[in-house]
Amino acid sequence: MIRKRIYFDNSAANRMDERVLEAMKPYFFEKYAVATSEFAYSEGIDAREALEDLRSVLAASLGANSDEFIFTSGNTESSNLALKGVSLALSKKKGKHIITSKIEDFPVLHSARALEKQGFNATYLNVDGDGFVDLDQLRDAITDKTILVSIQHANQEIGTIQNIERIGHICKEKNVLFHSDATHTFARILLDVRQIPVDLITVSAHTIHGPKGIGGLYIRKGTPITKWMDGGFQEFDIRPGLENIPGAAGFAKAVELVTSDENQRLQAMRDRIIERVLAEIPNTTLNGHRRNRLPQNANITFHFVEGESITLHLDMHGYAVSTGSACFSRSLESSHVIMGIGGDHERAHGSIRFTFGRYNVMSEVDDIVGTLAEIVKELRKISPLGKEKMEETT
Amino acid sequence: MKFPYSDIVLEHFRHPRNVGQIEDADGKATEGSPSCGDMVSVYIKVDPDKKTISDIKFESYGCASNIATGSIITELANGKTLDEAKKINWKTASEALGGLPKIKAHCSVLAVEGLRSAIQNYEERHGLIKEKKPTTEDEIHRRLRKVMNPLSGLDLERTNLVKNVELRDGIVRVVIDLPPDHQFSHSIKEEVKEKIEPLWDIQQVIVDFID
Repeated sequence: MIRKRIYFDNSAANRMDERVLEAMKPYFFEKYAVATSEFAYSEGIDAREALEDLRSVLAASLGANSDEFIFTSGNTESSNLALKGVSLALSKKKGKHIITSKIEDFPVLHSARALEKQGFNATYLNVDGDGFVDLDQLRDAITDKTILVSIQHANQEIGTIQNIERIGHICKEKNVLFHSDATHTFARILLDVRQIPVDLITVSAHTIHGPKGIGGLYIRKGTPITKWMDGGFQEFDIRPGLENIPGAAGFAKAVELVTSDENQRLQAMRDRIIERVLAEIPNTTLNGHRRNRLPQNANITFHFVEGESITLHLDMHGYAVSTGSACFSRSLESSHVIMGIGGDHERAHGSIRFTFGRYNVMSEVDDIVGTLAEIVKELRKISPLGKEKMEETT
Repeated sequence: MKFPYSDIVLEHFRHPRNVGQIEDADGKATEGSPSCGDMVSVYIKVDPDKKTISDIKFESYGCASNIATGSIITELANGKTLDEAKKINWKTASEALGGLPKIKAHCSVLAVEGLRSAIQNYEERHGLIKEKKPTTEDEIHRRLRKVMNPLSGLDLERTNLVKNVELRDGIVRVVIDLPPDHQFSHSIKEEVKEKIEPLWDIQQVIVDFID
C-alpha cells in the first residue's frame, strides 16, 4: 500500500509554492541579464530595475528603506555577515566583545565561536525554562567594549519568541548594535524597524515556501559593517557576487503570499497537536512557551524513549518530523536548545519537533496523534527507563 | 537513496525479539545511561549444569541500531554456553544484522557489552571468577574506553580527554581535560564513576576537571 506522505518538518525546508515559481520564471528565460550591466545595454537596465523593485518589496515588509536591505544566499550567510562584518568594522574603534544567547541557531552560535578564536570575547546569555533570554544578565553583560548583541527573534527548535522590543531598547540605551536572526518569524510575525530598535535582521526565503538559496540582511542606515567576502561591488559593495534575481523574485512573491489567515491556520494545528498529545499521551512535556511561540511550531518530549526511534517509526507510517536527540544529529550532540532551557539529556533525546506549513491540513494532525500514541507505547514497553512512573499513570 | 540501515536492522527495530525483564534472572547488567544517549539492560537465565544460557531478555532506551543490536544478540546468545556467548562481539552482531553505520557504533556496542557484563555478573554471583586480580591503571584506562565523549561520539580515551589516571590504595583519581562547568562534565563524571566503582578493590573514584 502506498500511503500519502505527511510532512511536518517545514522549518527545515518546505515545498515551494507554484506561484513563487511562476514569479521566478521570467528571470530565468527573459530577463536573465546581470544587473551590473546597466551602463552597457538595455537588458541590464531591466535587470537592475527588477532587482531594485524586489528589494523595495522586501525592505518594506520590515518597514525599512530599500537601500537598507541586501540579498544574500540565505540565513547562514546573513548571520555570518552581520556578526563578522560588524566585528571587523568595530574591533579597533570600540572593542572586541559580543553578546549572544545559548540557544541561537548555528549560523550565529558558530560565528560567535569563530570570532572567539580570532581574539574576540563572547558572552552566551542564559535562557529560562521557556527559552526567554535573561534580560538582567543582558544588561549586566554589556560593557563599553561591547560591539554587538545578537539575539534571535524566535527559536528554531522550541519556537519561543523573544521580547525583541525590550532587548532592542536595552541595546539602544547602552549604545550597542543589535542583530536579530528572524529566519523563522519573517513574514509571519511583524518586525518593523520603525518601531523596534534593531540594527540588523537576518531573513530567509526557505521557511515561507520560497526558493532555497536566497535570503537577506537588513542593515540600518549608518551601521558600521565591513565587507568580508571579496569580489565585485554588488549589493552596495557589501556582498559581492552575481545577483540572484530569480531568487529575489521568488522571495518577494513568497512574502506576499503569507497571510494572517494562514498563520492562524498554522497556529490552530500547533495548538491542536499540543493539546491532544499532552492530554492523550502520558509523560510528555511541552518544550518552549505555550503562547509566545511560533505559530508553526510544536516541540514535545516523550519521556523514557529516544527520538530517533520515534522518527523512524513515524517515517514508516508516512510522517516526517525531526528530533533533538543526539542519535539523530551527525555530531551526536544533544540539542543545545533543550539543554539551554535547563533540560537534561533525556529530555533532549526524547524531543520531537513538529513544524507546519501551507500544505498541511488539520486532519493530518489528528491522524498523527493516534499513531504517535501507539509508537510511544511500544517503545516504552522495551525501555528500561521510567517503569515505576509509567505504572502510576497508566 | 536508501535508509542508512539494512533491512535486517529495520526488521529487528520494528519487531525486537526477547524484549523485557527476567524476574529471577541469574545474571543481569545495564550498560550506558540516559546521559550518554543510549542504555541497554540484559537479563540471563543460566542452566547450572550445562553452563548454557537458557533464557535471555533485553530492554533498550535508544535508537534503531541500539534496539536492533539488543535484539540480535539475544538471538545469537540464546542456547550458547557462557564461553561461547562471551565471544560475541560488535563485529559478530553487526555482521548478523547485515552491517551497521559506523557513526552508530557506540549505540550498538552497548548491547554487546551488556551481554558480557550480564555473564560476568552471573559468574561473580556464583563464585566462578577464578582469581581476583588487583586492579591496575591499565584496567582503568580500558574501562574509560567505554565512556563516551558526547562531543564526538567516540570514547574518552580515543578523544584524548583523559589527562591523567592515578591509582593508590584503592582510590582512583581521573583527570578529564574539560572545564568543570562544561555542558557534558557532569554526565561524564557520573559515567566514569559508574564504570570504575564496581571493581572489587576500588573504594573511591574521584573525577577532576581542569580549567
